[in-house]
Amino acid sequence: MSGMIWVDGLHYSPVAFLLMTAAFRSMDPALEEQAAMSGGSVPQIARRITLPLAWPAALGALLILFVRAIESFEVPALLGLPVGIHVYTSSIYQAIHQYPSEVGLAAAYAVTLLLITSLGVYWQSRLSRQGGRFSTVTGKGFRPRTIDLGRWRYLTATIFIVYFVVIVLLPFLVLVWSSLQRFYSAPSWAALRRVSLDSYRAVLEHPQFANTVWNSVVLALGTATTVMLVSAVIAWIVVRTKVPGGWLLDNLASLPLVFPGLVLGLAIMVCYLYVDIGVYGTLWIIFIAYLTRFLPYGMRYSSASMLQIHKELEESAAMSGASWSMTFRRVVLPLLKPGLLAGFIYVMIVSVRELSSSILLYSPGTEVVSIMIWELWQNGQYVELSALGVMLIVALFVLVMLAQLVGRRFGIAET
Amino acid sequence: MGLLSVRSLFTEYANEGGGAVKAVQNVSFEVPEGKLFTLLGPSGCGKTTTLRSIAGLERPSAGDIEVAGRLVYSSEQGIFVAPNKRNFGMVFQSYAIWPHMNVFQNAAFPLEVRGLAKTEVRERVMRVLQAVALDDLLERDATKLSGGQQQRLALARALVMEPQILLLDEPLSNLDAKLRDRMRSELKRLQRDLNLTTVYVTHDQSEALALSHEIAVMNEGRIVQIGTPRQIYEQPADRFVADFVGMTNFIGGTVTALANGRCVVSSAMGEIKAHGSEGVRKGAAVIVSVRPEDVELSEAPPAADDGDNVCKGTIDAKDFLGDYLDFRVKVGDVVLLAKAHPSLRTPTGDSIYLLMKADKCVVISSR
Repeated sequence: MSGMIWVDGLHYSPVAFLLMTAAFRSMDPALEEQAAMSGGSVPQIARRITLPLAWPAALGALLILFVRAIESFEVPALLGLPVGIHVYTSSIYQAIHQYPSEVGLAAAYAVTLLLITSLGVYWQSRLSRQGGRFSTVTGKGFRPRTIDLGRWRYLTATIFIVYFVVIVLLPFLVLVWSSLQRFYSAPSWAALRRVSLDSYRAVLEHPQFANTVWNSVVLALGTATTVMLVSAVIAWIVVRTKVPGGWLLDNLASLPLVFPGLVLGLAIMVCYLYVDIGVYGTLWIIFIAYLTRFLPYGMRYSSASMLQIHKELEESAAMSGASWSMTFRRVVLPLLKPGLLAGFIYVMIVSVRELSSSILLYSPGTEVVSIMIWELWQNGQYVELSALGVMLIVALFVLVMLAQLVGRRFGIAET
Repeated sequence: MGLLSVRSLFTEYANEGGGAVKAVQNVSFEVPEGKLFTLLGPSGCGKTTTLRSIAGLERPSAGDIEVAGRLVYSSEQGIFVAPNKRNFGMVFQSYAIWPHMNVFQNAAFPLEVRGLAKTEVRERVMRVLQAVALDDLLERDATKLSGGQQQRLALARALVMEPQILLLDEPLSNLDAKLRDRMRSELKRLQRDLNLTTVYVTHDQSEALALSHEIAVMNEGRIVQIGTPRQIYEQPADRFVADFVGMTNFIGGTVTALANGRCVVSSAMGEIKAHGSEGVRKGAAVIVSVRPEDVELSEAPPAADDGDNVCKGTIDAKDFLGDYLDFRVKVGDVVLLAKAHPSLRTPTGDSIYLLMKADKCVVISSR
């Protein structure tokens, strides 16, 4: 149990980091500087000013992480199931995959889980709305203030390095190591002499491999393109027009956030089992699941960039004689491009990684990469699993770098 | 009959609580061809809403808008021409220069969406960019332009399609003071040279006075006065106009006599001979408005004509502002602001003579 908490904790720490840095970065340094001018020392300022200001953000992050953790499937399934520790998500999976499968039991688990996550998301959104009182962004251009840590910087630097080694480097190196062996063995000199690329060959020659990668790539590209285009139009409607149902559309597009992947997978599976329109058992059903799941992420990127586009930029196009579609194509889309591109890459990454919905929806011939990893694990082919994992990580890493590059290139041009 | 005529325009918004905000109420005016017409007023007075209604960016709730005999909006006949079909040029307050295009592309956009041939587009864009002195910056990124250059590009983009009318929404408010003065005369020259029918929106009275053929002063969604800059400044129709357009002194009183366009007002600082406006009756409570620069100060008793008001007061305070002095002079219980030449060096606390010509004292009904 504590092992699962440890792994999940490490897994979600980057999310917490992103949420908290965003909060700290948007804090007006004048607030802290005023405290310093009033004679406060650094620990005093941190306790009396910084922490109370960051508190709503911290609580919000806590709730988001709670929801993310309770709906996490991979870790409980991989670590918990073999030793008989059950959580909601793994119980849902088991109920479906035992024979005969108990859809009713799974649905019962799913509804309860959904209730918990809805509560969490509801609280979080209420909290962030109240956060307006604590509005830390003034809209004025300011430079976040940095604090000189003095000799403490060696300690913090060490913590950072250790942290990086533990959560990123070490697991990756173990993965690389085991992928170079014929069968799993602990690192040793004897084992070093047995290093080979056989496992990579095995993976590449795996009868499913080509098809699986193809499925993943097609799904990722298709999902990312559709999500970003749909979310761009929705964002335009929500931000620009005063259509009465605008806010509803916004909430509707964000609603899938409360669905744990497994629950969504279950819902879609059951739905298209009864409503037979020929998507069950094809890639389309996985596509639908991804689309639903990742639309909220796309919305975040699109509406954030849409808010940055001044209304008059579109109006001046209309005054110049351009029709709506011309304005959208020649003015809105080009201005949204950096945001859309970043969102596109992000959705591609999460699509490739996606396991919890896919695992209920795949059928022979429509496996995706994450499913293949899952099956290798089930079959105990750890060495091949490691090889595939290394390749996947490298591919995703390239994508992330690309996203960073795109963000930097266009991020500056935007202002 | 003007080239542009706006008749009984009403606009309403729904506010947060579901009630109606009356942004524009019964606004009517005419702009003759080639003239520059200004909508002047404080923020929230409805001037921008009126302009955006003419542009078609906002849909009024009632009224007519007609340009050169073509109705572009009519609530009665159910006509609403989309902004992109109106062929009006507009310069926005933020300039709205598209940051993903360069100077040439920005200016060429209105012609490209009309499907003009490349050579014609190039020729017309070059001509208009020459007129605003941007023809040597064709390939420059729009984001790398200075404020003044952006303003000129926005103007060029509005002019390139040879619009029927030109709409300007506070085009000078984002420039610094020096540049604003230069661009103001530039804008005036261009408007007069090209004989452009123009509607100009501003909250800056000096811009309005300097540029316009005619000004409409707006307050709380209504037009309070329409007139030439001189009329607006010298004969404000009511207290709001007098106060909003320039600095002024208000002196409360009662009309005691009326004779050939003049009236006599008895006030806390004695009797004031003033220029009577229409509808002022004997016995009516009024206020007299007199501009600080029309209050002449002198240490010796001035030679007074028949129509002049002369009185004596003490200097309460004075501020040296370089090209002139601001005096606060106390006459009885009334404090008057006066502008004087810096050569007047009378110290604070001394007594001084005031002279106000009757023509410069405007009677406004105090309702």
